[in-house]
Amino acid sequence: MSDERLYSISIEVNGELREALVPARLSLVDFLRDTLRLTGTHAGCEHGICGACSVLLDGEPVRSCLMYAVQADGRKLTTIEGLAQPDGTPGALQDAFCETHATQCGYCTPGMIVAAHALLETNPAPSEHEIREAIGGNLCRCTGYQQIVDAIKLAAEKRGTPTV
Amino acid sequence: MKAAPFEYARPATLAEACSLLAEHGPDAKLIAGGQSLVPMMAMRLARPAWLVDISRLAELQRIAAPADVPARGDGHFTVGAGVRQCVMEREPLARANLPLLARALRWVGHAQTRNRGTIGGSIVHGDVSAEIALVACVLDAALELRDTSGVTEIPAREFFLAPMVTAILPEQCLAEIRFPVWPSAAAHIMRGCAFEEVSVRHGDFALVSACAQLELDADERCLRLELGIGGAAPVPLALPQIGAQLAGARLDEAAIGAAAAAAADLADPEGDLHASADYRRHLARVLAERVLRAAKEDAMSNSKARAGK
Repeated sequence: MSDERLYSISIEVNGELREALVPARLSLVDFLRDTLRLTGTHAGCEHGICGACSVLLDGEPVRSCLMYAVQADGRKLTTIEGLAQPDGTPGALQDAFCETHATQCGYCTPGMIVAAHALLETNPAPSEHEIREAIGGNLCRCTGYQQIVDAIKLAAEKRGTPTV
Repeated sequence: MKAAPFEYARPATLAEACSLLAEHGPDAKLIAGGQSLVPMMAMRLARPAWLVDISRLAELQRIAAPADVPARGDGHFTVGAGVRQCVMEREPLARANLPLLARALRWVGHAQTRNRGTIGGSIVHGDVSAEIALVACVLDAALELRDTSGVTEIPAREFFLAPMVTAILPEQCLAEIRFPVWPSAAAHIMRGCAFEEVSVRHGDFALVSACAQLELDADERCLRLELGIGGAAPVPLALPQIGAQLAGARLDEAAIGAAAAAAADLADPEGDLHASADYRRHLARVLAERVLRAAKEDAMSNSKARAGK
């Protein structure tokens, strides 16, 4: 372990440039959680099934357990921490999850919110089918998908309402 | 669920990537999207000593539609092996020229995996249920393999040898896939395609999949048909013999039923935890029937849309 070669990487995480020396086999989710201590991103299955570790890579949702940190060198990442408002309070989508009790046990929530955020960025008024499609790669073991779909619908409605 | 240690290289050119493969042989693996390789490494089913990252190579990102679709003979739509599935999904040129691939991509994994997974990566992985591999076989695509000594071309129909085993050598890199584009058709000719599969949940690996692309004349007689079945044999199954049998025949319900039964007879499924061999053969027939019917409907509605313009 100790003689493993280290690679120098620099990744923009939530708008801040982070530099580190990492072994090639360090997954992106472990880099975020263990190296940067950004523990909002959850590690679930660690082989690309559950979606709990979803983050935005240059704005697109990807599974951070299916990437090595070295592969993200020079790229821009947004994690669940980066989706809060600048003052740290929850964003509209996060609020909607609270309002509809979509968080439930909370384990899948960061991945769900990242997936839903990416959906609403490209499709501000999604149909229920499109919402289910967008979170199709995220497992919720509380089996409470209905509230999650409701939350995303609510967030879309709120976003659509011009704030006076 | 952590990969064993490995060394990482991110070459700047395809030639450099091929040199690394030549140097390290079977100890090196190429990684692009990594959506199949990384889980295999996490489970230690794969333990490469070197990972050669080709995801940023511009040479593998080419998307080239035929300049003009020829009046006779197939044109070719070239897709770089490193083109991400999400890019092809959104590419208007692909929708127009390769509608079957565009339809198949909707069945490939989930948004998060399509954002990283590549067209070529799915092919070289060699999973028997992979949608892109099936389309490549059904359309009779050509695969261009590169190594330090140059370029080799192999038909997709000869590339797959067994589950997860392909004809690619450790020192080769799949560079481009050339999908045939059917020549422009006279106004009375109707053309359509369809892709269907059955999986436990949408986005999961297909138990069995089927796809078809066809051309009918105004009397619904079959002028050209390609049909294929995935997940029901050790390799993706292109069935040009079914197309040959149906040539000139009216594609009515009886013909569709007979063709689907013939397709199921040609399947050679294995049973596993997820589905028995019998069930897979049953699905092969049912799905072949569905895609033939759906492709015919697609052809008829495309022709109506064309007439309405």
